Amino acid sequence: MLLIRCPYCEEDRPELEFRHAGEAHLVRPSNMDAMSDAEFERFLFIRQNPKGVVFERWRHVHGCARFFNAARDTITDKFVTTYKAGEPKPTLEGAEE
Amino acid sequence: MAEPIGTLRRPALSDKRAARDTVSIKAADPCLRVALRAPRESVAAVSTALGVALPSRPKMSGSDGARSALWLGPDEWLVLDQAGNEMLPALAKVDAFHSAVDVSHRNVGIIVSGRGAADVINAGCPQDLSLTAFHVGACSRTLLGKIEIVLWRIAEDEFRIECWRSFADYADSLLRVAARDVSSS
Ligand SMILES: [Zn+2]
Repeated sequence: MLLIRCPYCEEDRPELEFRHAGEAHLVRPSNMDAMSDAEFERFLFIRQNPKGVVFERWRHVHGCARFFNAARDTITDKFVTTYKAGEPKPTLEGAEE
Repeated sequence: MAEPIGTLRRPALSDKRAARDTVSIKAADPCLRVALRAPRESVAAVSTALGVALPSRPKMSGSDGARSALWLGPDEWLVLDQAGNEMLPALAKVDAFHSAVDVSHRNVGIIVSGRGAADVINAGCPQDLSLTAFHVGACSRTLLGKIEIVLWRIAEDEFRIECWRSFADYADSLLRVAARDVSSS
């Protein structure tokens, strides 16, 4: 079983307790009513989906229930690192800025 | 020559009998429960009102008499009172920001004890229940098969499972089937 480190529980926990929650570090625009349809589409739907290291939100839904962020390699499915929500995106080799 | 495939006979009450050998599964007595959320700044005031210190470390529980606080998340606890003393009246007087909801009737407690207790729970729970990873007093929200539970180790070979009321039959059945396998191995 894949083990995922929860930065709030501070230990590796079985993947069954977690749920994936989409791309991380998306900033919600403050001027939504002024956005064009194309701009709004870009915010709401368009994702990077790179091959290699991705930054994702995960939720320890059947544990501490907190959302956190993770860097995961989509080729190996290895978690490179996990960190608390609100912490800056780490600089990692092979990851897009 | 091919061997005929036999079937294993299981007497109707075998689950219940097997469970007695290495593990006992029984319903916990009714108790009062509060689902509590509080930011760090409020923890001291809420702890004072409850009469039990809210633990601040993952998987920790704290007890004072019949009242226990189980860490569920960085600002979340399940508080149990096994003597039937109401907690909300005292919490209602706390000015510090917090949220407390009485969930006494939402949950059912199941006590699993005996030397096979951890093995039986591990039939449906993916966590490491060795004494080094899940020490006496440790608690955690986790899974048992397809339901969410709160697991609390109250002694080396005794656990309390808190599950939602409508899942209680499922939890009990899963544990009894697991107990059959554990006692026959
Ligand atoms: Zn966690």
